[in-house]
Amino acid sequence: MDQRRQDLLRIMELEFTAIDLNLFLDTHPQDQRALADYNAVAQELMRARMTYESRYGPLLNYGLSPSADTWRWIEEPWPWEITFDRED
Amino acid sequence: MWVYEKILEYPIRVSGPNPRLAKDIITQYGGPDGELAASLRYLTQRYSMPIPQAKGVLTDIGTEELAHMEVVASLVYNLIKDASIDEIIRAGLDAYYADHDRALYFVNAAGAPWTATYIQSKGDPIADIHEDMAAEQKARATYEYLIQLSDDPGVTDALRFLREREVVHFQRFGETLNLLHEHMERRRVFY
Repeated sequence: MDQRRQDLLRIMELEFTAIDLNLFLDTHPQDQRALADYNAVAQELMRARMTYESRYGPLLNYGLSPSADTWRWIEEPWPWEITFDRED
Repeated sequence: MWVYEKILEYPIRVSGPNPRLAKDIITQYGGPDGELAASLRYLTQRYSMPIPQAKGVLTDIGTEELAHMEVVASLVYNLIKDASIDEIIRAGLDAYYADHDRALYFVNAAGAPWTATYIQSKGDPIADIHEDMAAEQKARATYEYLIQLSDDPGVTDALRFLREREVVHFQRFGETLNLLHEHMERRRVFY
C-alpha cells in the first residue's frame, strides 16, 4: 500500500472512533470516560489531518482547512476514485 | 451548515467490474431502506424533537447516513465504471443504462425511483423514533440480503461495516426513546 493510502486509513480509523464516541455521547452526555476518549481522539485526528493536508491538500472545505500556495481542493483523486487492494 | 470532508468513512475494495452486484447494491442508495431515505428521514425529523439528546442523535446519525450514501455510491460507481456493454446487458442493467449510462441515480434494486413516501415525519417524537428504530432494522436486514448476494469479498467487507452501523444506530435510537419517555413522564404526558 502506498503512503497516501496508509495515511488515509489512519485518518479513517481515528475519525470512525470519533464518530462512534460522538453518537454515544449524544445519549450519554455525562459519561466522563467517553468524553476523555473523544477529546483524545479529536486531538490525534487533528494532527493526522494536518500532516495529510500538508502532503496532499485540504480534506475540508469552506475555510476549515487552508490551501497554502495554490487551490488544491479540486485536485483528483476524489474519495470515490480511491480504492484499496484486498490485502490493505 | 454542512462541511464536506474529502474522505470516505470506510475504505472500499472492489475486485473488478460487476454490474450484477451493482444492480442489487444500488437499492441502498435510492431504495426504501437505503441511505438517502435514512439521512433525509432523520435530518427532517429533528426539528420537532423536544430534548437536546434527540436533536443531537438525529443530526449526527442523519449526517453519518450521508457518508454511508457516499460509500454505497462509491461501490456502485467502481462496480460499473469499467463494465462493457455486453456485461451490462448480461447483468440485466441495460434498462438502467438506457436512462442513466453509468451515472448514479436514486433507484431501488428493481429500478423504481426514490420517493419521499419512503419516509415519515410525524411530529410525534415517540412515533418518529419508533419509525427510526424500525428503519435501522430494515436496513440491517437489507445489508444481510446483499451480503448473501455478494460474490466480491471486498464489497462484502464494506457491506458488513454498513450493516454493523445500523445495529449501533438502533441502539442509540433505543436510548433516545427512553430519554423521551423520561422527559414526557416529567411533563406528565403519556403515550
